[in-house]
Amino acid sequence: MRAFLILEDGSVFEGNHIGAVKEIISEIVFNTSMAGYTEVFTDPSYAGQAVCMTYPLIGNYGVCIDDMESDRPWLDGVIIRELSKLASNFRCDMTLQDFLVKYDVPGIEGIDTRALVRVLREKGTMNGMITTNENYNLDEIIPKLKAYTTGKVVEKVSTKEKIHFDGVTSLEENGPISGSAVFNADDYKEDKAGDHTKREKRPSIVKELNGKGLKVALLDVGAKRNIAASLVARGCEVTVYPQNTTAEEILSDNPDGIMLSNGPGDPKECTGVIKEVKKLYDSNVPIFAICLGHQLMALATGADTFKMKYGHRGGNHPVKDLKTGRVYISSQNHGYVVDMDNLDDKIAVPAFVNVNDGTNEGLSYVGKNIFTVQFHPEACPGPQDTSFLFDRFINMMRGGKNA
Amino acid sequence: MPKNKDVKKVLVIGSGPIVIGQAAEFDYAGTQACRSLKEEGVEVVLVNSNPATIMTDKDIADEVYIEPLTVKVLEQIIEKEKPDSVLPTLGGQAGLNLGMELAESGFLEKHGVKLLGTTAETIKKAEDRQEFKDTMEKIGEPCAASLVVHDLQAGIDFANKIGYPVVLRPAYTLGGSGGGIAHNQVELEDILANGLRLSRATEVLVERCISGWKEIEYEVMRDSAGNCITVCNMENIDPVGVHTGDSIVVAPSQTLSDKEYQMLRSAALNIIDELQITGGCNVQFALHPTSFEYCVIEVNPRVSRSSALASKATGYPIAKVAAKIALGYTLDEIKNAITGKTFASFEPTLDYCVVKFPRLPFDKFITAKRTLTTQMKATGEVMSICTNFEGAMMKAIRSLEQHVDCLTSYDFSNLSDEELTERLYKVDDQRIWVIAEALRRNYPYQMIHHITMIDDWFIDKINNLVQVELSLKKGELTVEKLLEAKRMEYPDNVIARLTGKTEEEVKKLRLDNNITASFKIVDTCAAEFEAATPYYYSVYNGPDSEDEAALSANSGKKKILVLGSGPIRIGQGIEFDYCSVHATWAFSKAGYETIIINNNPETVSTDFDIADKLYFEPLTPEDVENIVRLEKPDGAVVQFGGQTAIKLTQDLMKMGVKIYGTDAADVDAAEDRELFDKILEETGIARAEGATVYTAEEAKEAANRIGYPVLVRPSYVLGGQGMQIAISDQEIEEFMNIINRYSQDHPILVDKYLQGTETEVDAVCDGEDIVIPGIMEHIERSGIHSGDSISVYPAQSLSQACKEKIAEYTRRLAKALHVIGLINVQFIAVKDEVYIIEANPRSSRTVPYISKVTGIPIVDLAAQVMMGKKLKELGYTPGLQPEASHIAIKMPVFSFEKIRGAEISLGPEMKSTGECLGISTNFNEALYKAFLGAGISLPKYKQMIITVKDADKGEVIEIARRYEKLGYIIYATRSTAETLNENGVKARRVNRISQESPTVIDLILGHKIDLVIDTPTQGRDKSRDGFLIRRTAIETGVNVITALDTARALVSSLENANSEENLEIIDIARI
Repeated sequence: MRAFLILEDGSVFEGNHIGAVKEIISEIVFNTSMAGYTEVFTDPSYAGQAVCMTYPLIGNYGVCIDDMESDRPWLDGVIIRELSKLASNFRCDMTLQDFLVKYDVPGIEGIDTRALVRVLREKGTMNGMITTNENYNLDEIIPKLKAYTTGKVVEKVSTKEKIHFDGVTSLEENGPISGSAVFNADDYKEDKAGDHTKREKRPSIVKELNGKGLKVALLDVGAKRNIAASLVARGCEVTVYPQNTTAEEILSDNPDGIMLSNGPGDPKECTGVIKEVKKLYDSNVPIFAICLGHQLMALATGADTFKMKYGHRGGNHPVKDLKTGRVYISSQNHGYVVDMDNLDDKIAVPAFVNVNDGTNEGLSYVGKNIFTVQFHPEACPGPQDTSFLFDRFINMMRGGKNA
Repeated sequence: MPKNKDVKKVLVIGSGPIVIGQAAEFDYAGTQACRSLKEEGVEVVLVNSNPATIMTDKDIADEVYIEPLTVKVLEQIIEKEKPDSVLPTLGGQAGLNLGMELAESGFLEKHGVKLLGTTAETIKKAEDRQEFKDTMEKIGEPCAASLVVHDLQAGIDFANKIGYPVVLRPAYTLGGSGGGIAHNQVELEDILANGLRLSRATEVLVERCISGWKEIEYEVMRDSAGNCITVCNMENIDPVGVHTGDSIVVAPSQTLSDKEYQMLRSAALNIIDELQITGGCNVQFALHPTSFEYCVIEVNPRVSRSSALASKATGYPIAKVAAKIALGYTLDEIKNAITGKTFASFEPTLDYCVVKFPRLPFDKFITAKRTLTTQMKATGEVMSICTNFEGAMMKAIRSLEQHVDCLTSYDFSNLSDEELTERLYKVDDQRIWVIAEALRRNYPYQMIHHITMIDDWFIDKINNLVQVELSLKKGELTVEKLLEAKRMEYPDNVIARLTGKTEEEVKKLRLDNNITASFKIVDTCAAEFEAATPYYYSVYNGPDSEDEAALSANSGKKKILVLGSGPIRIGQGIEFDYCSVHATWAFSKAGYETIIINNNPETVSTDFDIADKLYFEPLTPEDVENIVRLEKPDGAVVQFGGQTAIKLTQDLMKMGVKIYGTDAADVDAAEDRELFDKILEETGIARAEGATVYTAEEAKEAANRIGYPVLVRPSYVLGGQGMQIAISDQEIEEFMNIINRYSQDHPILVDKYLQGTETEVDAVCDGEDIVIPGIMEHIERSGIHSGDSISVYPAQSLSQACKEKIAEYTRRLAKALHVIGLINVQFIAVKDEVYIIEANPRSSRTVPYISKVTGIPIVDLAAQVMMGKKLKELGYTPGLQPEASHIAIKMPVFSFEKIRGAEISLGPEMKSTGECLGISTNFNEALYKAFLGAGISLPKYKQMIITVKDADKGEVIEIARRYEKLGYIIYATRSTAETLNENGVKARRVNRISQESPTVIDLILGHKIDLVIDTPTQGRDKSRDGFLIRRTAIETGVNVITALDTARALVSSLENANSEENLEIIDIARI
């Protein structure tokens, strides 16, 4: 079946329909990760958006449900050059096509994705429609596209109730440490068709249970699974709170530290959460925030955010730690950024900066045990190079200084 | 960190002659690095024994030494030039080893010279087997478990511990014989017992078997501040067991989920960090296909073939960045030249798929085993880019120039199912074609995977190609089918063949339906940032596809198309890349917009900043036409890209492209026997009697008329491919069969074989005047291909009359052929008579060599005359130029030890892979240096073996006597020994192979022999004995000489050699 991607500037890309049969209007963004489409498609931060993968061959290794970063894909649609008919990987549970159908996500393949990216790069992020209706009428569609906003997507993706995770008590529970892993592939195959809980765990990069005994409150504004998992794997006990939880309620559980998660949409839409975050700021409990959480803390403390032309989405962005001068390659997914021009340096100072375009990538709060980053130390997909930030947070909770 | 101010003068070590496993990629890396260093105001001293390289140009480095790469020579250069630092990580393994030796001996410290880039400790940690294993263990990165055992029980115990299967590798056996893979204890006991018996040291390595695992590579960069990035990862389609240089490789990895990708990426960063590498590094992993288990195979703490490939695949200039890092810059301080916006601390992301195919030399070595193993055999490679895997693979296949253009090119349809299944087990260069045949017969993926261990995903892609092929074969060619075939990069001629249409019909249907190629940019960033550098590849993505090259096709400047020379192969090597690059520079200097088309990732020409535009595309008429249609160039130059470019002349003219330089008709006249004979007659130039034939019958008839011996060869080939000396009708039959394995578009030449001194000139002609930089003379008498001969400039043994004749004949010929640009002419001098062998109005293998040793930039001159300049205007006096005061000797270098089963004796077909130079004011010293540069460093044990054919027995006596005088103990087979002893040369007789031990083979395997002189019987050697002797010697690391002239040259050099510590060192840049 033919499908069409129509942008609000009137450009139309014609390709083949994939996934669920459904017409959608969404914000069109692109991601430059070459692997990790499962993680991208299940990242709640993409709620309200349709994602174009710039790597042309997608679906090669199918979908492994263990790699999902949330219960389901939250994005509206997928745009790719070529969907692999064959999924080849030892952990593959289903093809990407089946996955998209199962979760009612439509998509388009066979278009010149590079041309699309060039349009978005030149004109900035735009809204668009994916449709299979060959008789589309641009005059009717374009006003609808222009009117579209992602809206209050945080409410949609956040957990509806508190969830509790115990920290691991031994490193073995995490699965083998990456590299020193020795598997018995044959045993693994036996399990493959059967019970996934028995499945051999994938290798872990955690080498120390430094978080043992610490209680972390994770405010879920669209959290990827690996944020909680990164803390749990270090031994922390993690409680996940719905986005509308009050600061009082979180603080009444006496956490040793608070984590603000990543999430979708315009941070300024989260007026309620921002108010609570301000109270958390005042609480003196150590706080670590990622992505949307980082922006919410900035907004809560008087700074501003703005929408970038086409954002940062991919696994290859260099960020520089301003304290050490070290550069790390990071996983990123954001369309908004904290405005450095309006930053009160008595409240917060830049901690990380993007080497490519100089935008802010992290803040350190003056006189507080709070640090926040724009990028994703939990990776998934992308480089694991900044996972040490979870250890930095743990040190902070243990009474160490704001690192 | 700012630039390290202490670094002012750097010695860069090159990689020496091109051999299998160490090829043009180091010229690319070295050139890029030297330019990068000079950009920073650092004075560069370069040493490399290879004169065919671009890096040894005086524009690339400040001081240039084309000297043998030995520790002693390097010490002399350091003492003379007093550099403050040495950069050893750009010259491959050869350069790295030299750097290590200089550091370990304390020489560098004593002279206050630093090793730049990576420290000696780091190199040791990465290179020393045990230290590497220990280091990996310390940081928790697994290597395949292995143990050296001396008895059966130890082997059994260890295998039980690590689990079956295990690989057994006996130490010190020929070519690893006696080894194998044991899947259980019964097999282990059998193979291990045998291996222990065969091993001279009763020593066998027992190793965890990882063959069949996925082979994944990462290219990693690290700076002195500890910042690390990965440039690229690559997946070998051929699983572990085939050397990555011989594997089909795809970038990025296709079958790894983010979990495996990041696991290995993190491991690669861990490793480079632990080794404290500053610069580039390659890490190879074996990944279990059905688990997360992996092993580190090896780490190369330097730029490599893979890093050149990664640079071209991503647009990230690894060598350039490595050089900057060596100077103390950090990754975030180095700008990304492609985008001009981002920095080197950035990981390239691809929005296309890259496929690399090896160029294997089995078309040259037809007796060699085609099996692919962990010993690399490829002489070169091609790369291709497309947005789908199928297309990238099809483009790579046709780029090989090995008579293959699709998956039907090797035909296995006559095999029975059983034979085909059996054939699938064979790991060789035709495996992809075998899989395609299996898929045509509906073999299940699972079965093919089980046998080959190639991932299902790749098998599925091959199947997609097969399905297109099958659908084209039946029914009408619809637009839909055509669109899909073009998306997968089926060339028009293949579609025509499969559908029974003509190529023109297919092309018309295509154009009528607007199915054309569009071009995309390689920009390191998947279009996230604007790219400043036009580096293009083509795709067929339907009518909507955006063409990024079209956006910049109109610059207003005059445009020149430079056609590259494709993959490095024997007979067409790096010399032609040298010529293409220099021509490009010359046109660029004259204000032209330059456009290069090439498909070889190892070369300088495919660096994105050499020409104004780079099209990384196959060099076939259709692919070139796509570019021509878009760019509408004012002209094209084909003289510089070897046979690859010359072959395209007619097609370019049909496309309406003007050919710069010599007219195509005149190029043809030089190749066409009758036309050429006419010109020779008119110009009064003599040649050996000959004839043009098509069939074996005609050939025999001609040979008998002319009289044996005769030379038989196809026309329009380079490197004497298929050329043989025949002494009988029977041999003619045999050679004609070999030549006619591929259908010949051109006739075959049969010439009288003349014995004399072969000479050669390269000249530039502007249509009126001619400049001949010098005359080169071959040490070996005619009959050995010029590329395999030792070549001397200036010619030493020619009379003045001969020299004048050669100059005059060259002038007459160039004028008669209306040469504009380059011409190479080969002559035989017999006493004072000069006969022409052949003339090629194009660049030749000797162009870089003669340019460097005479200081005359002939490629630049050729380009200028093509643009209409006159030689006189350019300041040159026409005619043969005055001889230089020094003597420069070009020595061929071979890679025979790498190709099992290859016949090593020299003849009219070229076999060398590279060359080195010996230069001195003294002939014998130049010769000595040339041998030294080629790795012949004698004497060692002062023992040698001589076994020559009857015809050579008289001549060998004198040569043997001279070796004896040098203190050599001579061993000889029966009749040679008799001859020598009868003539007063003491020779110890040694048994032939079939006789009782100790035989000649035992003697060679004893590792105490310096040299074997073995001249094979006339024509093609049929003696199994001689073949075995030569192969055994080569595989044992013993020098083998198969021509008496070479043997004489070697003894001369040894007699008169200055000691290695005391050689005259010559700065080429000051000539």
